[in-house]
Amino acid sequence: MARFIARRLLLALVTLWLLATIVFIITNVLPNDVGRTILGPFAPQETVDALNERLGTNRPILIRYVDSLRGLVTLDFGDSFVSGKEVFPQVIGAVGRSAKLAGLALLITIPISIAAGLYAARRRDRPADRAIVLLGVTLSSIPEFVTGTILVVVVGVQLGWLPVLATAPATADVLTQIRFLLMPALAMAIVYFGYIARMTRAGTIEVLQADYTRTALMKGLTIGQTMRRHVLRNALVPTVAVIAVQVGYLFGGIIAVEKIFNYNGMGSTMLFAAQHKDLPMLTAGVIVIGIVYMVATLIADLIMAWMNPRIRLEAER
Amino acid sequence: MNAAAVPSVATGTKAALRVEDLSLSYIVRGIPRPVLRGVTFEVKAGESYGLVGESGCGKSTTAYAAVRYLPRNGVITGGRILVDGDDITKMNDEQVRLFRMRHASMVYQDPGAALNPTTKVGPQVVEAFTILGQGKRQAEENALKALRRVQIADPERVAQRYPHQLSGGMQQRVVIAIALASDPKLLVLDEPTTGLDATVEASVLDLVRNLQAETNAAVLLIAHNLGVIRTLCDRVGVMYAGKIVEEGDAATVFENPQHPYTLGLLRSLPRRGIRKSQRPLSTIPGNLPQIGTPLPTCVYVDRCPLADELCRTVEPPVVEVGGGQWTRCHHRDRLGQLAEPPPVGGREATLGELNLTLSNVSKTFHQSGHDVPALVKVSLDLHDGETLGLVGESGSGKSTLAKTILGIESPDAGADIELDERALAAKAASRPTADKRSMQMVFQNPDSALNRGWTGRQILARSVHKLTGLRGRAVNERVDQLAADLRLTQRHLDLKPRQLSGGLKQRLAIARAFAGDPRIVVADEPTSALDVSVQAAILNLLSELQLRSKTSYLLISHDLGVVRYLADRIAVMYLGRIMEVGSSESVFNGPNHPYTEALLSAVPNVDAEDRHRILLSGEIPSPANPPTGCVFNTRCPRVIRGLCEVVEPPLVEVEPGHLMSCHIPVDELRRLQAKAEREDLVLTTPPESAAAAAAQGVDELA
Repeated sequence: MARFIARRLLLALVTLWLLATIVFIITNVLPNDVGRTILGPFAPQETVDALNERLGTNRPILIRYVDSLRGLVTLDFGDSFVSGKEVFPQVIGAVGRSAKLAGLALLITIPISIAAGLYAARRRDRPADRAIVLLGVTLSSIPEFVTGTILVVVVGVQLGWLPVLATAPATADVLTQIRFLLMPALAMAIVYFGYIARMTRAGTIEVLQADYTRTALMKGLTIGQTMRRHVLRNALVPTVAVIAVQVGYLFGGIIAVEKIFNYNGMGSTMLFAAQHKDLPMLTAGVIVIGIVYMVATLIADLIMAWMNPRIRLEAER
Repeated sequence: MNAAAVPSVATGTKAALRVEDLSLSYIVRGIPRPVLRGVTFEVKAGESYGLVGESGCGKSTTAYAAVRYLPRNGVITGGRILVDGDDITKMNDEQVRLFRMRHASMVYQDPGAALNPTTKVGPQVVEAFTILGQGKRQAEENALKALRRVQIADPERVAQRYPHQLSGGMQQRVVIAIALASDPKLLVLDEPTTGLDATVEASVLDLVRNLQAETNAAVLLIAHNLGVIRTLCDRVGVMYAGKIVEEGDAATVFENPQHPYTLGLLRSLPRRGIRKSQRPLSTIPGNLPQIGTPLPTCVYVDRCPLADELCRTVEPPVVEVGGGQWTRCHHRDRLGQLAEPPPVGGREATLGELNLTLSNVSKTFHQSGHDVPALVKVSLDLHDGETLGLVGESGSGKSTLAKTILGIESPDAGADIELDERALAAKAASRPTADKRSMQMVFQNPDSALNRGWTGRQILARSVHKLTGLRGRAVNERVDQLAADLRLTQRHLDLKPRQLSGGLKQRLAIARAFAGDPRIVVADEPTSALDVSVQAAILNLLSELQLRSKTSYLLISHDLGVVRYLADRIAVMYLGRIMEVGSSESVFNGPNHPYTEALLSAVPNVDAEDRHRILLSGEIPSPANPPTGCVFNTRCPRVIRGLCEVVEPPLVEVEPGHLMSCHIPVDELRRLQAKAEREDLVLTTPPESAAAAAAQGVDELA
């Protein structure tokens, strides 16, 4: 197993390097003149030159590339073009806030969706199944900003049950923080309910039709025993893979939800950086999201290896 | 059908399973389509009953109905199923569960899929005992006993494995162990050996027979292989379109069939050593009726050569023949009118020009740092108009050899493949069109070999154009010619593959292979996905085509009957090596290499031909780690200790045209094999090699 993880980590490093290179090409090579790109076509040439001098973007491209890789290794992506402060701590802060929101959303959606998917699979083609499938399709086809807005209007404003803003006062305890995050998390959870529930349902239906499920039932096991001992583990493998991809996506911040609930997560931070051409911030953000993606897929692979001995034994080779 | 028409049932012992006038439908798009139309039979305790028939006849549906495991759209519309007197069609879900737990068990076609891939084998067997209310310790003990009972030599170690780490034969033993845990009254076997190698099949059949005698269970066996039924069953029912058309003792039915369908089925098999040079195989014209077609009178009327007005208007009664045999036919007395195809003359093979020679062809795969030799120094030749049969169990390298010849795999350095005394490029991509055109392939599964988006005409036209460079009118003429050769009508050509039956699809695939007038056609299990009556038609077509075009065939098949019918020469492979090559007669008449001897003895035979038995222990060794000396020494019943495991015998000519790789002199083999035949000996692998082989079987797979 250790070798498997080591190999995966090595692969992750190579991927990160590729990612950094692509980001570098987009931010430094494609715009011929970084200073001009930031300041726009009407700025006087002297100002542009001064900016390039200040940013170091007038240096040869190779040196800038090596510099950016050094930044990647030391996790020092330089200072923000806008605030002049170091970008990495800011990005980490933003990712942390997104993680809180995403974590809560997943915590809500995963158990509910999996339970619904399993239930639907067992009642396949009966009304309960049809209802769950229909609900899932409907909910995941409504964009989160619509769900979010409806939640704000109904739950926040009309009923007044939950705060309409996501950011709790700095001194708030955990429960209060959760109370503040609950509504945006719900908006995200609703969207993912459809995906996860349908994935679980499909995986379970397939396993329920598998020959080994037949063997279990022919032994005389009850349907409940069969589900617990033989179906679950096999049925959830594809679901885990889907969730892993979604985790990376969620950590990247759902900009619409952040905007509606005025939450300063990764999405808002990156949007702001893009609008103000804050290249170091963008670079750091992309790299950090890349790292989150890789960690999420690695964890998913480990879970899948744990669930399926075939993958595990293959990995141990 | 009314109850009076139900065949009378012998009194005496109470039937463990009694199916009475069972009707069953599948609901397809809201419409019930009858699949079983009044099936009646019974199986006594300790008896084994076989259901045979071609795919779609309802035999599997009957089997699953007997354990109440029906697909979601399956509905029993009439009749009863009594197991030990209890009607299981009336049971609620919980009663069905208890019935399965205590009284009924099943063994399935694909044992690999029947075991949970994410759980070790041990707990899966243990569970079959804990469900019966046993404590954990006791269940574990019983599970080990159960594994030992199915002749797993090292149960403790096997219990620690995951299913995919065991070979197919081992997996099936585990499934059987689970099935027998509850000491069931009814044991249903659904194609239990389909997909297993011949020697493994033989050992599983032996095991089932021994266990059945021990348990006194009623066995219901479903198999499309009549030989398996003959080997295992006391009585047999022949099913067609959801009805049993004939029933009786297995020996009587197979020797003296009394229904035109049974007769047709048996005659379409290549049996009793018949060869293509003697006569064509019988075929059954037409197709099985579409599911749900109303068949108010005789179910077989549309395909029966004896059918007349009576058959079309009156349902045939059950006609007792005597000795427990009965048939549902108006015209039993006219069965003699059904003639077999007449013998043909002048088809004796005359050896054509040499066209393909392989010398020293080896192929080594590299798998996670290991060298896995799949072919080891294979030398063969092929003549115009000749069929070379390749036989051997899975992993013997048959398919790799075919792929290497076709250039799909490149051989190791030092190999030489020549076509008409001209070296062929190793890779198909670097061969000129003329060479590609010379060699074509027919696959086992026509479904995946034909582009499903195209019509038959498009498929053929493209191949013709690609391989011959013809254009326009000429292409169409060639397509029509090919279609005519394969008895495909213009209507068939306008259909897409999925609209064609399996046999028609395979004919289309063969027509495609012949598009460029090939010198050599490699046919990899060309008929093993087909029913026997369809197989017969394909085999006839193949031999006709060959006679006309002088094409050479390289025929890969696990069905020795098919090989014997079609092949002029046979090469027997084991672990990537050729163990024996010779003319079809010399290989089937012996003397044989001990491996060939074992292979021939393992084939379940529909004619109960008397052959001495050879029981091989252990599994085929892993090619990654082949035994030293002769690779067969770990399983060989005639092994010479001190020699065979040290020196690999060369492949030498022992008789004119008959080559063998064995240390035992051919005359000695001849004497030993004649003696074994005469005295009806049962030979087994010597215990010390068996133990070594068994241990290796588990380790290699780990």
